Amino acid sequence: MKLVICAGPATTGKTSVLRHIIQKLQQVQEKAAFLKIDVQYAEEDELFAREFGIPTRKIYSGELCPDHCNVMVLGDALQWARREGCSILLVETAGLCLRCSPYVDGGLGMIVLEATSGTNLPLKVGPMLSLADIAVVTKIDRVSQAEREVFRSRIQYVAPNVRIREVNALYGIGIDPLVDSIHQTPDAWDNMLLRGNPPVGTCTICVGKKEIGWQAHFGVVRSLENQNFYRGE
Amino acid sequence: MFIKNITILGGMSRSGNPEPVQRIDLNMGDVVSIVGPTGSGKTTLINDIELFADRNTQTGRCILIDGKRPPLEYRDNPASNPIALITQHTTFLSDLPVEDFLSTHARIRAKDSSQIEAMIANTLSFANQLTGEPIILSSRMTELSGGQTRALLIADATVICDTPIVLLDEVENAGIHRTRALELLRQHRKIFIFVTHDPRIALLSDFRIVMQGGSIVKILHTNDEERQFSIKVSKLDDMLSAMRDKIRFGERLTTHELEGLA
Repeated sequence: MKLVICAGPATTGKTSVLRHIIQKLQQVQEKAAFLKIDVQYAEEDELFAREFGIPTRKIYSGELCPDHCNVMVLGDALQWARREGCSILLVETAGLCLRCSPYVDGGLGMIVLEATSGTNLPLKVGPMLSLADIAVVTKIDRVSQAEREVFRSRIQYVAPNVRIREVNALYGIGIDPLVDSIHQTPDAWDNMLLRGNPPVGTCTICVGKKEIGWQAHFGVVRSLENQNFYRGE
Repeated sequence: MFIKNITILGGMSRSGNPEPVQRIDLNMGDVVSIVGPTGSGKTTLINDIELFADRNTQTGRCILIDGKRPPLEYRDNPASNPIALITQHTTFLSDLPVEDFLSTHARIRAKDSSQIEAMIANTLSFANQLTGEPIILSSRMTELSGGQTRALLIADATVICDTPIVLLDEVENAGIHRTRALELLRQHRKIFIFVTHDPRIALLSDFRIVMQGGSIVKILHTNDEERQFSIKVSKLDDMLSAMRDKIRFGERLTTHELEGLA
């Protein structure tokens, strides 16, 4: 069972890229399962089930962050895909908080970025890009060659080893190399590990304290004038 | 990057018959137009070229570079892709001043930093020959008009990117000097492929690829009569744009507008 985790900001074209990938996989009789992880709304699972007749599921992370949710359910999801008789599991995740990345060792990590989101974007998305295996750049026909090249060089600056693939997801241009990369990915390991280190988990807001002001919080806090400091026992 | 020619090998029409034209060779220095009604497959042909189709697209066409399949390098490393593409949707997003923007791009492309200044100057002078309203280095990219943007897109792709193949998909609509553009482009030894409805560009091309129903149905080399005639076409086109300007500025048109059209 091969595992592909596809992340990226909203509206970048993750779903369009995956749609072309699924099409190409079907052409060579590879059976893929699809799992969508989002916070509170998604319909890609229904779209793909209708369009391709493949096993699909979605899960809403709700109170959890999507990457956290991904860690929780990924093991189960691989078993589900196996039971469905699939050889590839495609996971699409919103990856909202830019401190984490959803990729795991033993799976293919793919970020989808749109060239139209400004040439500084690669500098802003953190480990979601720097820990990816492949950076897919969409909407390349919308921006000048100049910005396309600057975008690319900024990706290389942040992630020197990432494979950059420029695609036009509207016409399916540039999808073949992605499918080749999936074919070359080894089967997922039994004991998978998250590829990146998780961010420091010290958020008292996450555990339900709503008072404003650092004086009401503990753990790693900060004031306007100070950098982070530790407060508590 | 050194390329001598590209070859388009024909595929199938939408109805499954072999495409009437089965081979087109484009050599360095060629300026070519792709013509045909809406829906005839012009953009699909451009896409086939950009994809280096290998009988793996819907049309079944195959693209060769110097008689061979293009190296995987073109596909795997976008920086070595020999094709620059400008479509009617292509634009600049940056809000930097023109000079900063061009220098950011030139820094990536320049082999050494001493070239940067000349690259910016050449790009600007190229662009300013295409547009009626000169671009100023200190203006912001977002302040450029439609014509200035088109002009700078073409100049940047030709001078700074310096890719051997430039695809221009219906870029003629925004106000640029097309005759001047063709003259300037011809000084750069590249393959320029225009998707166009514009008689002026079509007649100034070496030949035109005629599309119909998804297929390449024929190749028309610009003949002597058309070459002669193209001067008149340009004149007529200039008259039309003069009339367009008069309308724009709230003036009346008279039958005198068409004088000189013998």
